Amino acid sequence: MALQTEEMVLNMGPQHPSTHGVLRLELILDGEVVVDVIPHLGYLHRCFEKHSESMTYPQVIPYTDRMDYLASMSNNLGYAIAVERMMNIEVPERVEYIRVIMAELQRIASHMVAVATNGLDIGAFTPFLYLFRDREKILSLFEMTCGARLLYNYIWIGGLSHDIHPDFLRLTKEFIEYYKPKIDEINDLLSFNKIFIERTANVGIIPLDSAISYGFTGPNLRASGLAFDLRREDPYSIYDRFDFDIPVGEGLQGTVGDSWDRYFVRILEMKESLKILEQAVDQVPDGNVKSAIPKRIKPPVGNIYSRTENPRGELGYFIISDGTLNPFRVKVRAPSFVSLSAMGELCKGHLVADVIAVLGSIDIVLGEVDR
Amino acid sequence: MKPVNEIFEILKKEFDSSIISSDDSCIITNPFMMDKIAWFLKKNEELSFDSLMCLSGVEEPKVKNSDKTDSLSVYYHLHSIKLKHKLTVKTIVPKSNPEVESVENIWKCAGWHEREAFDLLGIKFIHHPDMRRILLPDDWEGYPLRKDYKAPEFYNGMKVTD
Repeated sequence: MALQTEEMVLNMGPQHPSTHGVLRLELILDGEVVVDVIPHLGYLHRCFEKHSESMTYPQVIPYTDRMDYLASMSNNLGYAIAVERMMNIEVPERVEYIRVIMAELQRIASHMVAVATNGLDIGAFTPFLYLFRDREKILSLFEMTCGARLLYNYIWIGGLSHDIHPDFLRLTKEFIEYYKPKIDEINDLLSFNKIFIERTANVGIIPLDSAISYGFTGPNLRASGLAFDLRREDPYSIYDRFDFDIPVGEGLQGTVGDSWDRYFVRILEMKESLKILEQAVDQVPDGNVKSAIPKRIKPPVGNIYSRTENPRGELGYFIISDGTLNPFRVKVRAPSFVSLSAMGELCKGHLVADVIAVLGSIDIVLGEVDR
Repeated sequence: MKPVNEIFEILKKEFDSSIISSDDSCIITNPFMMDKIAWFLKKNEELSFDSLMCLSGVEEPKVKNSDKTDSLSVYYHLHSIKLKHKLTVKTIVPKSNPEVESVENIWKCAGWHEREAFDLLGIKFIHHPDMRRILLPDDWEGYPLRKDYKAPEFYNGMKVTD
């Protein structure tokens, strides 16, 4: 008589160090092979969209900080740009440059966490410490700018909450010089480490057409081999003035679109962000960062879907205005929310331990998934 | 880059005018034909909208002095990575019986966006494989993003509002 077997359900989370927040995954297993992964969300739901409807437009900004709390500057920027587009506000050159510098510093800081925790989940502890040490330097730069280390409320509609500190540009330059060689250090420690490659190459492959259908954007989409970056594709702010490359996954260690590619695209992007920063810090013009902030923020009746390139992908704001001081509806298209929906597809046929590697490689922030 | 009216002309050849109409910024469709229109938008070579950027459920703003019944709507923000153009499609459903055809099998990412619209606004997507709440608990009552929503006083014996 054949041995009777049946599928097993394994619960992972919500309190689990490798779920990057409070996420519960229901793993359907056949032995040790994953048949399906069903994510259960909502543990961090804070009613962002409902709250926004009862606040004025500027009051929403601190709440955007709390969505993707590893990239708060970028969230502020996306929201500010959306409302500025609705109201046709031109912001001063100085503001544009400072915004780009902040957004790119934030991108590096966010990718540092992504890379660090991806390694940590698989067992690489040392790179995690190195990366967090360097991330502190960026957070200190933010702290001297606006007083906060994580939740900034810095980029406002039409301007910025403060001008930068007189020492900011000098220290940013120092940081660029300091951090450049550190990326190679991480490559030696983690990227080309045999164990790390074994754990991530050929794991969680998503081909390009499937990645587009699942709505992948940002580094996750580029890892599947498409050079699609909103900073180029749908330019906003002054990104068209800078020279930078768009790294894509090439399947160096395995197949295009595997977890290692998703990891390595982020490493390469940090270098590109440093390139943008180098160009931007030398060009910041003088000016008043508050001159374009409107007294009353009251966009005309209408709606807008505005998107920006966040470290995790396309952050879209769909804002409907009914001509009052409060937004009628704010819907956020959160990149992590969309990427997470592909977990089942990514993990099918792999082993339980690979779920951790895949989850780390798509780099989600639960604050943004649940909003 | 194709403007909305050119895209509308292409659609008009394929679909009846009772199903689609357009205003200057978006195309408005019949909710029960949404899947067929979406399939056409994705597969037609002149359009090839291969990516769904965003899907949002919205409660329609009330028009003053109008006897129009309350309605909900769904906005689809589409983008063609291949041809680099964008389109907004909208479908309007009555609040008393909000039902829209699901586009989950056309753009996979719609699956969770539709669940979110169901969760927060109560729009039901027909033929969706997994129409459950996503952010709120399964036994939550009401749809919070509706304008007439009142938060319950208690949830499972716990006080909700202060």
